[in-house]
Amino acid sequence: MSLLLHRIDDRLIHGQVVVGWGQPLGLRFIVLVDDDVAASDWEQELYRMGVPPDVEVYFHAVRDMATAIDHYDRDVRPGLLLVGSVDTMRRLVDVAPSIRSVNIGGVHHAEGRVQRMRYVFLTPDEEVSLRALEARGLAITAQDVPSTRPVSLADVLAGKPDA
Amino acid sequence: MSDDAVVVAVVAGHGRFAEGLVSAVEQITGRGAAFATLSNSGLAPADIERALLERLDSSGARVIFTDLPAGSCTMAARRVQRARPDVVLVTGANVSALMEFLFSAVSPLDTPVGGLVDVAALAQSAAAKGRETLVASGGTPT
Repeated sequence: MSLLLHRIDDRLIHGQVVVGWGQPLGLRFIVLVDDDVAASDWEQELYRMGVPPDVEVYFHAVRDMATAIDHYDRDVRPGLLLVGSVDTMRRLVDVAPSIRSVNIGGVHHAEGRVQRMRYVFLTPDEEVSLRALEARGLAITAQDVPSTRPVSLADVLAGKPDA
Repeated sequence: MSDDAVVVAVVAGHGRFAEGLVSAVEQITGRGAAFATLSNSGLAPADIERALLERLDSSGARVIFTDLPAGSCTMAARRVQRARPDVVLVTGANVSALMEFLFSAVSPLDTPVGGLVDVAALAQSAAAKGRETLVASGGTPT
């Protein structure tokens, strides 16, 4: 089974992840990659509170994933990898090239970002990073929950309406 | 209902959860304005936290009702609690819980009872009422 989804979601662990994807995928573990969260016991406890007791959560800084990703790739349980930003995913793929697909699950409004979809707002730098990941052969689509259609990066950047 | 009615709590959640619950309370009790509402739609976590704080500060309320225990509004509310330990969070809110809280937190004359009562205890009672009214029935095989 291993990692079924590599998701960018600025809310990290929340309803869409735990219920929306967790139920249909039968998720048993979540790998949360975030330098700040990995350095904070309080943040980790906050996110642990948000998951059902039968789902394990593992916290890592980006640099740890160079070695840790292999372990999760070989895990027999269904899992989901989660990062909070395009920049974290870009740095993660640099150290963990086994990641071949990226799900844009939620990048919300912030200063300097332009709205591309209902749940996708991007800065010019973030657009460049996503295009670069695609150019490296990664499959990049936006999809907030499983019941919606995955939208290609080209359509996201063209600002196509939500499915 | 007067525009300056006392706001006793903030209701926050996915989609139109808060608006829907509060409109139900309004229809049943005529006192929907007793709750401030917030939807997480389109909001980044920091914006949800900011919006919760703004509603608490502008109303003086100290209680937040949310939907999912893992929802982004709940996570934001827990961050609010870190800075403001006096804030009370109730997850899994339903109409019965809101009504229980409304009737215990506000006197018939719309005078806040806050200060005279333990808001956390009222929230506990509201949560208990909400649990009590969640009942499945029927479905006997024929």
